[in-house]
Amino acid sequence: MSALLEIRGLEVVFDGFRALGGVDLTVEQGELRFLIGPNGAGKTTLIDVVTGLTRPASGTVRFAGTELGGLREHKIVRLGIGRTFQTSVVFEELTVVENLDLAAGFRRPLPTLLRQRRGVSDTVAAALDTIGLGDLADRPAGVLSHGQRQWLEIGMLIAQKPRLLLLDEPVAGMSRDERDRTGELLTEIARDHTVVVVEHDMEFLRRYASQVTVLHEGKVLVEGDVATVQADPRVQEVYLGRTKKEAA
Amino acid sequence: MSARLRGYALFAGVAALFLVVAPLALPAFRLDELAKYLCFAIAALGIGLAWGQGGMLTLGQGVFFGLGGYAMGMYLKLHDAGGDLPDFMVWSGVDKLPALWKPFGNPVFALAAVVVVPVVIATLLGVLVFRQRVRGAYFAILTQALAAAFVILLVGQQGLTGGTNGLTNFYDFFGQDPEADSTQRTTYFVTAIVLGVLYLLARQLVKSRFGRLLVAVRDGEDRVRFLGYNPATVKTITFAISAGMAGIAGALFVPVVGIISPSLLDVVPSLELVVAVAIGGRYTLAGAVLGAVAMNYAKTSFSEQWADGWLYLEGALFIGVMTLAPRGAVGVYEQVRDAIARRRKPVPAPPTASEVPA
Ligand SMILES: Nc1ncnc2c1ncn2[C@@H]1O[C@H](COP(=O)(O)OP(=O)(O)O)[C@@H](O)[C@H]1O
Ligand SMILES: [Mg+2]
Repeated sequence: MSALLEIRGLEVVFDGFRALGGVDLTVEQGELRFLIGPNGAGKTTLIDVVTGLTRPASGTVRFAGTELGGLREHKIVRLGIGRTFQTSVVFEELTVVENLDLAAGFRRPLPTLLRQRRGVSDTVAAALDTIGLGDLADRPAGVLSHGQRQWLEIGMLIAQKPRLLLLDEPVAGMSRDERDRTGELLTEIARDHTVVVVEHDMEFLRRYASQVTVLHEGKVLVEGDVATVQADPRVQEVYLGRTKKEAA
Repeated sequence: MSARLRGYALFAGVAALFLVVAPLALPAFRLDELAKYLCFAIAALGIGLAWGQGGMLTLGQGVFFGLGGYAMGMYLKLHDAGGDLPDFMVWSGVDKLPALWKPFGNPVFALAAVVVVPVVIATLLGVLVFRQRVRGAYFAILTQALAAAFVILLVGQQGLTGGTNGLTNFYDFFGQDPEADSTQRTTYFVTAIVLGVLYLLARQLVKSRFGRLLVAVRDGEDRVRFLGYNPATVKTITFAISAGMAGIAGALFVPVVGIISPSLLDVVPSLELVVAVAIGGRYTLAGAVLGAVAMNYAKTSFSEQWADGWLYLEGALFIGVMTLAPRGAVGVYEQVRDAIARRRKPVPAPPTASEVPA
């Protein structure tokens, strides 16, 4: 059986700058994969290509056997790939429940959208429960804190019922407590979803990651379990050394 | 009283005002003027949907207003001519009824065209531009250019459209004498009822899941794609609905005012509609309707005294609203209402982003 996500020889060029220079990546069904690498390594670009936001110069992306090249964003979502953004975007004028309901609703035929929402669907209730924003269900998303917005985004992602989740730095800018909760949330989600997480934070990685892919200057540097990756001298040079210095 | 009940009570009150009080209190010609404002309010309702809810600043609603108006005018002209050529065609030296006009002799076809033609044209335009992700100021300019081009087309085709004069001199509205008080009352009632029905339908749309999706598209079109929806479809549907409303408004305008001409649907009247919606409050449908009625009433009253001054006053008002109260009159009302409610019953203010406990 083939992998859920297969990326082969992916190249992305921005105005002559090679943001990705031939990336291969395979993600199996049910995996929780961490994608790390210093700033500018091309992590976000990789997610952008998979989700149709950026067109690659060459290379292929196959999802569950389907070639994604040239598909528009919403079509890719409909195939079952969901993502979050580095800076969370929720709909501030809509309530938390409305945000989730919208995310859960794209499979509904258009005419049924003309009806008013009555109550909360099971999918939305489950997502609300998972992200723990039940108390704020009917508040506009605009009042949420930064961390809560990230959770709402993750909740919207779950409500979409995707087969593959791509999370771009979900804990960036979060407090310690919020990070812990997000980590638990991730672990929970990963139980029954295939998840790729872009993360910068080494401590977070040590605690929650198993399989890690390190990206550096648009190329895959190392791939393996956390211990192997951490022990690799090249990784320490390009990534860990730098974060240690930054942290100091 | 729940907000829902209060909404219905308010609607019933306003409906009673327009359907009972106004007809009793106003002479027929004033009622006719009010009917004119209500026509604009119907078009404004469409702008409220497209712009207020959907974020599509459409500066060319005059085009759809005109399409509806001309469809109605063509039928009335053919009806008056009774098998002959309409009068203006004779004057322009046209000797055979143009093929475009032929089906409009049928009232059912003409009435259907009032809605269908604007909807079809808006849909085609929407499919073209929204798929290409034309939006914001580019979309606004495009629609404005469309209005300008439409006027040039109408004026240029004298024999087909009546040119600058447009279509006027109607003698028979569906068996009624246009000058009679009773006709004016009837057209007023029809217009008011159509507005009421369209308002309720539009409100239903706003409250539906589609309406929520529309707001999401307005506030984050790119994000909506990643929720699995195609924003171009959502926008096209909404734009088409707003065009259909403008068409209906234009069609009603013809029996109410007795004319449809290029100057009524040019760039400036199209802009004035948008300005009225902004002043009334674009984020609520009621604000759009209120703005259109109030601004057109003010325009009529003011122009009677100082004709040239109106545009300046309107411009100043627009700038004032956009800078000081971007949510318009309705927004100001809501602020005052909330302030009073808070003073009467001190409830904790809604927590802001930084205050919400994690
Ligand atoms: N739209 C763009 N145009 C030009 N350069 C870009 C664009 N997006 C990203 N880049 C560049 O590509 C490189 C990779 O960026 P990105 O994928 O955002 O890195 P990461 O997410 O790993 O920090 C960076 O050098 C960035 O400046
Ligand atoms: Mg990034």
